[in-house]
Amino acid sequence: MRTILYLIRKEFLQIFRDKFIGKAIFAVPLVQMVLLVPAVTFEIKNINLGIIDRDMSPVSRNLISRLEGSGFFKITCFTHSEEEANNMLHRNRCDMILHIPEGLDKETTSGRVCPVMVSVNAINATTAQLSWAYLNGVLQDYNIDIIRQNAAVTTLSAMPQIKVTNRYWYNELLNYKYYMLPGILAILVTAIGFLLAGLNLVKEKETGTIEQINVTPIKKYQFITAKMVPFMIIGLVDLALGLILGKILFDIPFRGSIGLMFLCSAIFLAGVLGLALLISTFSSTQQQYMFIAFFFMIIFILMSGIFTPMDSMPLWARKFDIINPMAYLMKIYRMIMLKGSAFSDIARDFYSLLILAAVFMSLAVRKYRKTA
Amino acid sequence: MTGNTVISVRNLVKKFGNFVANDNLNFNVFEGEIFGFLGANGAGKTTTIRILSGLSKPTSGTVMVAGFDAKKQAEEIKKNIGYMCQRFSLYDDLTVKENIMLYGGIYGMKKKTIQDRTTALLEQLNFGQYSDSMISSLPLGLKQKLAFSVAILHEPRIVFLDEPTGGVDPVTRRQFWEMIYEATARGITVFVTTHYMDEAEYCDRVSIMSEGRIVALDTPEELRKQYNAGSIEEVFIKIARPSRNVEGGLE
Amino acid sequence: MKRFHGFVKKEFLHIFRDYRTLVILFGLPVAEILIFGFVISMEIKDAGIAFLDLSKDDVTQKISDKMCSSDFFRKVEDLQSYHDIDMIMKTGRAKAVIVFGENFGRDLVSRGEADMSIITDASEPNTATLITNYASAIVSDFNMEYREKNSGAKILVSPEVRMFYNPELRSHFMFVPGVITFILILICALMTSITITREKEFGTMEVLLVSPLKPSQIILGKVMPYFILSFINVLLILLLSRIAFDLPVKGSLSLLLAESMLYILMSLSLGILISTVSKTMQQAIFISLVGLMLPTILLSGFIFPLENMPRVYDVVAYFLPPRYYITIIKNIMIKGTGFFSVWKETLILTIMTLFFIVLSVRKFKIRLQ
Repeated sequence: MRTILYLIRKEFLQIFRDKFIGKAIFAVPLVQMVLLVPAVTFEIKNINLGIIDRDMSPVSRNLISRLEGSGFFKITCFTHSEEEANNMLHRNRCDMILHIPEGLDKETTSGRVCPVMVSVNAINATTAQLSWAYLNGVLQDYNIDIIRQNAAVTTLSAMPQIKVTNRYWYNELLNYKYYMLPGILAILVTAIGFLLAGLNLVKEKETGTIEQINVTPIKKYQFITAKMVPFMIIGLVDLALGLILGKILFDIPFRGSIGLMFLCSAIFLAGVLGLALLISTFSSTQQQYMFIAFFFMIIFILMSGIFTPMDSMPLWARKFDIINPMAYLMKIYRMIMLKGSAFSDIARDFYSLLILAAVFMSLAVRKYRKTA
Repeated sequence: MTGNTVISVRNLVKKFGNFVANDNLNFNVFEGEIFGFLGANGAGKTTTIRILSGLSKPTSGTVMVAGFDAKKQAEEIKKNIGYMCQRFSLYDDLTVKENIMLYGGIYGMKKKTIQDRTTALLEQLNFGQYSDSMISSLPLGLKQKLAFSVAILHEPRIVFLDEPTGGVDPVTRRQFWEMIYEATARGITVFVTTHYMDEAEYCDRVSIMSEGRIVALDTPEELRKQYNAGSIEEVFIKIARPSRNVEGGLE
Repeated sequence: MKRFHGFVKKEFLHIFRDYRTLVILFGLPVAEILIFGFVISMEIKDAGIAFLDLSKDDVTQKISDKMCSSDFFRKVEDLQSYHDIDMIMKTGRAKAVIVFGENFGRDLVSRGEADMSIITDASEPNTATLITNYASAIVSDFNMEYREKNSGAKILVSPEVRMFYNPELRSHFMFVPGVITFILILICALMTSITITREKEFGTMEVLLVSPLKPSQIILGKVMPYFILSFINVLLILLLSRIAFDLPVKGSLSLLLAESMLYILMSLSLGILISTVSKTMQQAIFISLVGLMLPTILLSGFIFPLENMPRVYDVVAYFLPPRYYITIIKNIMIKGTGFFSVWKETLILTIMTLFFIVLSVRKFKIRLQ
């Protein structure tokens, strides 16, 4: 036990001896978190809308003012020419074009159907669909009003209307910061630990200091633990600072147990660092390690559900996530922080993460060779 | 020399693929002696020293170090030895004190003992002013002396030195050898590889390796007599003309 | 020149000897393209939803059937009380709960109005928004049909929608440019900064500097192999997206490749700049990877559209090269526009490249003195 403490002390000394790294491990994640969290949002406001109004009637003007009033759209161009409108779409001046044909007024007041044309820039399929959904919503409401006006005589029951209330639980205002902050923080903490822990071990190989360690009676688990613990502590400190900052700046909620969150984070870090050290036992240069680590990190991040919904992934990919510590952590974080889920809610993920960490750690210890 | 045998090597063979680095070595090292291991680059010295110190496993043969089998009890051997290799592996980004502290701790020494030893050591080496200097800022000679002191900090039974004095001036080398003598005086057995022939004269016994084999083993005087030579250097040239052009050590 | 030739050859040999790095170098873009193509998407598919039907009549049955028969939703449970909602959402089994009020069908007939709610788990706001939208659209469709059947009231302003550039609404159009942009800047910056700092850290840079090679030749020689490898990477990604996703380059291929070379050059000079400010490989890796990874993913419009960002970030993103390149590829590849649509972006990338080079040279000179 005392041996481990001496080794841990040495690792800490070395980490903080590099003035740049010593500061960067705290500054970089916090600065990036503060800068990036507010930037990331899927929330769509100010869809740039172009309008071709060929009707120029009170009815068409009514429709346009409704679109403007909805809060989703900003009308950036007003034209009569289809060509000009398409050109605007091409040059990213507007995201969507509404084409109101001549005769909208006449047709609708006489109860006939009149088609309007909507063109959407669909390079980003998601944004396109959402923008279209918003526009369609405004049109639907508009339609109902027209029907009501036209059919003033009929009774209300002839116009059955289902009223839908939307409620967003756990995050009523659809605040993306609540959603992104845990994710961004986890990526940064992981990146730092994953990179530095592994690089440290490979560097000892490259410079030959590991020989001197290997010729001592030190136990393998002692060496691996000592390489891991400092980055685990640094990771947890980063996390704590990040969450405090998140609370102060973005008012992120903590509905569940903070202790449970940190316990899960510690297990997660043990797993990730175990994997890092496992990879480093296979690598002979820092460059090699870095690329292999980078590869794993990117795949883990992309498939963890941090940026994209997990539900849309095919079954085999969800199976792959059994060995993705990041996926468990994301799920657990969001559940504890936003939903206030208790241990019983996350038990399955908790135990899975625990097993995963144990496997990575023991593999790292086993694969580390004291003798060539 | 009639002390106890602390290292006994019987029919040691080490192969790397088809390459035979150690070809049937047989020798004993006795307690308290300075055992020199001579040979050209690539003769197989480093391979042997790595096997003896438990860093590498023999392909076949029996190797006993401090009473333990190098094949099965490498970790037991490591408790009884010190080791310093040509790339002397102190941590560049730690200070002198921190390095000593670390290795003292690894060998399970008491904190108080480490502190006392550190003070004594720094004094003995005239190192006081450097105690808080980074290893990277020290001149090579000092680094080597320090690495040696750290290797015997825990009073091992045997210390292995793999070309400990490469690249320094004769005066510093002489000082280094005085440290070796002091260590033997305390009862530590010294196993040293070198390609400086003058250093061979300081050893109690010398073995000369060539192409993976031991071609001669005796006291320096005997060797000189046997080969009718004025110095070990002459002996070496006579018997161990390196025909194999392998550069660098064998890892 | 001959000496330089030999040096470049040596650098190439270095790279090819380390086959693991090479595998990753080409494996990473391939893996990423495949992940984006086949694994992740922003779409909602088979999201688990639960129903709390307090009315249990014909109409609610029809609405639930309509929802479950769509590709978007999959029913996980019929709930019995309001209390169950929190329970099922907390475990994450259901992403949304549809609640029909009591006497839903009767109210719709007699009062012409009925209430329902769509409750979504907004701990993932994007999924919540999409689910709400899809579910509302299904209800609104149903409502329209129901109305037409019962009163003959028809929708008069009927919209026809055309999805430009990407009529099938495939997400590949976003991520292929994104992956190229992301991979190139990270790999180039990492490779160059590491390879140069490595020489510094192990002291071999001194050896090179006293050789008759000029410092600029040394840097050029170190960077050249990565330039070629990165260019092969671009070709690989374009080929892969063509084969796997049938995504052609609409505009001029040679223009796209030329712009890619410029971007690679920019990334390499960024790497050189990083190497001049870092003393060890760890520092270089830290700056290139931890420093660049997230900003590139998040602020390049790769996953998260730039248009949605708060205005302040426009300023930040102006200084980030990836956004310019991503615009360039999108324009040339997907919209098929020519050089005139991207000249501004090209100019900015050129200026950035020059800026990085000039800064590196100055830093380098200061270090030598």
